[in-house]
Amino acid sequence: MSTFVLLTVTGLGLGAMYFLVASGLSLIYGLMGVLNFAHGAFITFGSYAAWWLTTQLALSLEAELLLATGFGLAVGAALGALVELVFIRPLYRRPVEQVLVTVGLALALGALVFGLWGADPKLVALPTWLVDTTTLLGASIPNDRFVEIGAAAVVLAGLGAFLRLTRIGLIIRAGVENRAMVQALGIDVRKAFTFVFALGGALAALAGVLSGVYFGSVDPARGTSLLIFAFIVVVIGGFGSIEGSAVAAVVVGLVQQYANFYVADWLEWSGAGDVAVMLLLATVLLLRPHGLSPKVVH
Amino acid sequence: MTATPALAVSDLHVHLGESHVLQGVSFQAVAGRVTALLGRNGVGKTTTLRALLGLVPRSRGAIEIGGADVTRLPTHAIVRRGVGYVPEDRDVFAGLTVAENLRLAQRGREARYELVYDLFPELRERGGQRAGTLSGGQQQMVAIARALLNENALLLVDEPTKGLAPLLVTEVAAALERAAGLATIVLVEQNLSVVQRIAHDVVVLDGGRVVHAGPASELLGSPERVRRLLGVHGGAG
Repeated sequence: MSTFVLLTVTGLGLGAMYFLVASGLSLIYGLMGVLNFAHGAFITFGSYAAWWLTTQLALSLEAELLLATGFGLAVGAALGALVELVFIRPLYRRPVEQVLVTVGLALALGALVFGLWGADPKLVALPTWLVDTTTLLGASIPNDRFVEIGAAAVVLAGLGAFLRLTRIGLIIRAGVENRAMVQALGIDVRKAFTFVFALGGALAALAGVLSGVYFGSVDPARGTSLLIFAFIVVVIGGFGSIEGSAVAAVVVGLVQQYANFYVADWLEWSGAGDVAVMLLLATVLLLRPHGLSPKVVH
Repeated sequence: MTATPALAVSDLHVHLGESHVLQGVSFQAVAGRVTALLGRNGVGKTTTLRALLGLVPRSRGAIEIGGADVTRLPTHAIVRRGVGYVPEDRDVFAGLTVAENLRLAQRGREARYELVYDLFPELRERGGQRAGTLSGGQQQMVAIARALLNENALLLVDEPTKGLAPLLVTEVAAALERAAGLATIVLVEQNLSVVQRIAHDVVVLDGGRVVHAGPASELLGSPERVRRLLGVHGGAG
């Protein structure tokens, strides 16, 4: 029982990070039709920016983590806005070139991180209470899992309120359904594009920072590995749907953890979690080709 | 001296893929009047409206609204010059409520909610209902309301009665009649009874070109012309 509880909470923690990455990806595709392969770079840059700031500060570990998280988010948001304004905006009517640019950016930004800080993981100094464990139903759960789950829950609730209650949220929801009609109402949808890229960048950076907490380190390949599963989450959840992404992220995180433990234990085979997620993706695509809760019509 | 037309279109060309859809469309809409854009299916009526708004790329031509050249402006900037658009397929935002659809359309603080709710009282009652769950007629009300909410000088209205029950056709026509007192209207409409009721002028398209322009009464009063230009018998009935 305790193993199952540990796997469940760990799966939820992993799902929380997938959700943070996937929500931005999903909104970007939903609103703009852009498959953003550079999203992984937002994760990596956010995590490295946060780690770098902690190396420059001499405060309590809690204060450093808090400031570093804010800095990482700011870097992610700025990078997202910059990518949209400089690289994506000139290519709105050229979707193939857009995809190629995001792939190129992912490679270039990845190489930049590699060049600046090397290939070795950088250890993240964390407060003791964060690496301690809490006993839940007999399982010793690392406290950071609760932080990751809590952060994702706050983001989910905040995004929901933002999309429902603000004008820019209204524009984004409408734009996900029918971008041309939003423009035909006299709204400059390009401002929403930049905003969504910045928001996606900030959320991806938050995922990067939390992944540093989850794994205890940051490394140049983190963005790419999280991005693959985030894409799967977006496809399963349905493009443009925050709720769909949240449900899919939880399912993918749990399936991955359960399979990694139980199937690997049974077959003595590592990597079962990834295969299980692929099987899940294939099953959803067969049964519901547009995902669990698609919002995109354009 | 002639008054500046509310809309002047000159030599408008549009290519969609390999197809040369509009091949030099030119016409004017006189301020304060309703101009019906008529023609058989597929002659370019909807494309003309979409091209006026920049929703499809224009390969050549000039568009003036209220005397100002808007040819190179993006869609939102054209609309902000006082243009309301009611699209052919209504294009309401299905996941948004009726109230949210209207709030999204509102430009600035002055919005004519009283006018809109006076024309379509149902929309007030259904403010909290998702637009995707409305009937076709109710969705058309939302689409027209969005265009009337702001003080637009020009309304582009694309087949507002398409697929509606006769009672709703009458209601929509009455709303457009009232709107005609507030703005210049360019109307694409297949229902010639509606055209006869509210249009002052007609422009007939065929093969992506204007083949006839003149007073509505002149065209609709001649069953032979109606048959020849529009391919239908009898006219307004």
